[in-house]
Amino acid sequence: MASVVLSEAEKVYIVHGIQEDLRVDGRGCEDYRCIEVETDVVSNTSGSARVKLGHTDILVGVKAEMGTPKLENPNEGYLEFFVDCSANATPEFEGRGGEELATEIVNTLYRIFSNESTIDVKSLCINPREHCWVLYVDVLLLECGGNLFDAISIAVKAALFNTRIPKVRVLEDEEGSKEIELSDDPFDCIRLNVDNVPCIITLSKIGCRHVVDATLQEEACSLASLLLSVTSRGTLTCMKKLGNGSLDPESIFEMMEVR
Amino acid sequence: MRGSRSKALHDRALVNCQYSMATFSTGERKRRPHGDRKSSEMTLHLKQTFEAAILTQLYPRSQIDIYVQILQADGGNYCACVNAATLATIDAGIPMRDYVCASSAGFIEDTPLADLNYVEEAAGGPQVALALLPKSDQIALLEMNSRLHEDHLEQVIEAASKACKDVYAVLDQVVRDHVHEVTTLLGE
Repeated sequence: MASVVLSEAEKVYIVHGIQEDLRVDGRGCEDYRCIEVETDVVSNTSGSARVKLGHTDILVGVKAEMGTPKLENPNEGYLEFFVDCSANATPEFEGRGGEELATEIVNTLYRIFSNESTIDVKSLCINPREHCWVLYVDVLLLECGGNLFDAISIAVKAALFNTRIPKVRVLEDEEGSKEIELSDDPFDCIRLNVDNVPCIITLSKIGCRHVVDATLQEEACSLASLLLSVTSRGTLTCMKKLGNGSLDPESIFEMMEVR
Repeated sequence: MRGSRSKALHDRALVNCQYSMATFSTGERKRRPHGDRKSSEMTLHLKQTFEAAILTQLYPRSQIDIYVQILQADGGNYCACVNAATLATIDAGIPMRDYVCASSAGFIEDTPLADLNYVEEAAGGPQVALALLPKSDQIALLEMNSRLHEDHLEQVIEAASKACKDVYAVLDQVVRDHVHEVTTLLGE
């Protein structure tokens, strides 16, 4: 992940501040930075969103295309995720540098959305076993300022909310072959229900306290982080531990209380 | 030390570019953001253009990175990249010989057209991409594809140059306004 080089004195300063519930930019341990969300930014996509969380800038575009349903789920459409780490974010991402981080993010997103209740994939089916909508969700990291996963999950949720899928009619010929007709009206479309799409909250352990929404400097001082994906109803859908340090179980439960 | 030590030049700076398109930027979803042939070709063109404009003699054994990311493509990709990168280089404080302004031009139905959009590019007519240093009228990059009769070439280049000069006026105004704002804020 993109990181900054911090001197020992700076690390000690940050750790001591957090022990007193005071972070470098004046926030408390459980405060988020100001979040800006903008939808419908890219016009030739089916849906898009841009999220700015402090210095972190994420752009997500969703394109809906027709495809064949997967063999194990013939009555459902599906989502495909792709993450591109732009070289603008850090020069380390030039060429193939950002692929490791991109794969990690993609795998986390797949795990979160593998749950059936997240998105109603049955509504994406047009003809069972033959045609369905495939939603290609493309995430573009424009700038890395700490707390990537949270910003990405907010952007994905907003982009899926903004997605407009055209309505289709299936016409049957006399021979039995099916034809798909797209409606001519550009506003005649179905929208997705994103109420159950979870948001990710990353808790980083710094010293003996945990903080929400860590900046790059704070991430450099943290021992380990816990990633939780939570829906609006409070159900926990996914949990993951990141980082080199080890967390003891009590601190994990403590962190879960925070959200 | 980040860049490749073996590529460092002893008497001037190395200009390193990367051209990347977002997967959702084009009408058809693009599978690979960068690394394919077209992106590599654009990268080389950008490198060539900026090596002509940046005063690289001032920074021996160093590297200047220019990363361009296309968010949405609607024709004139290369030209928009050049104009944006010019402003970014000025914002970074890197000395250049002159602004680099670029514009595309085409020839449809016996009329030269400046700044083609995606539909006009896809129509298959001749297209010229021109990158110009406006004050001295020097051409940094000239690229043409498809077939064009040599009698028409001058008209098309003329149209492209005029468009470049118009872009130059806009860029110059923006830079001057920005500098004015910053100096007023600092001046207090």
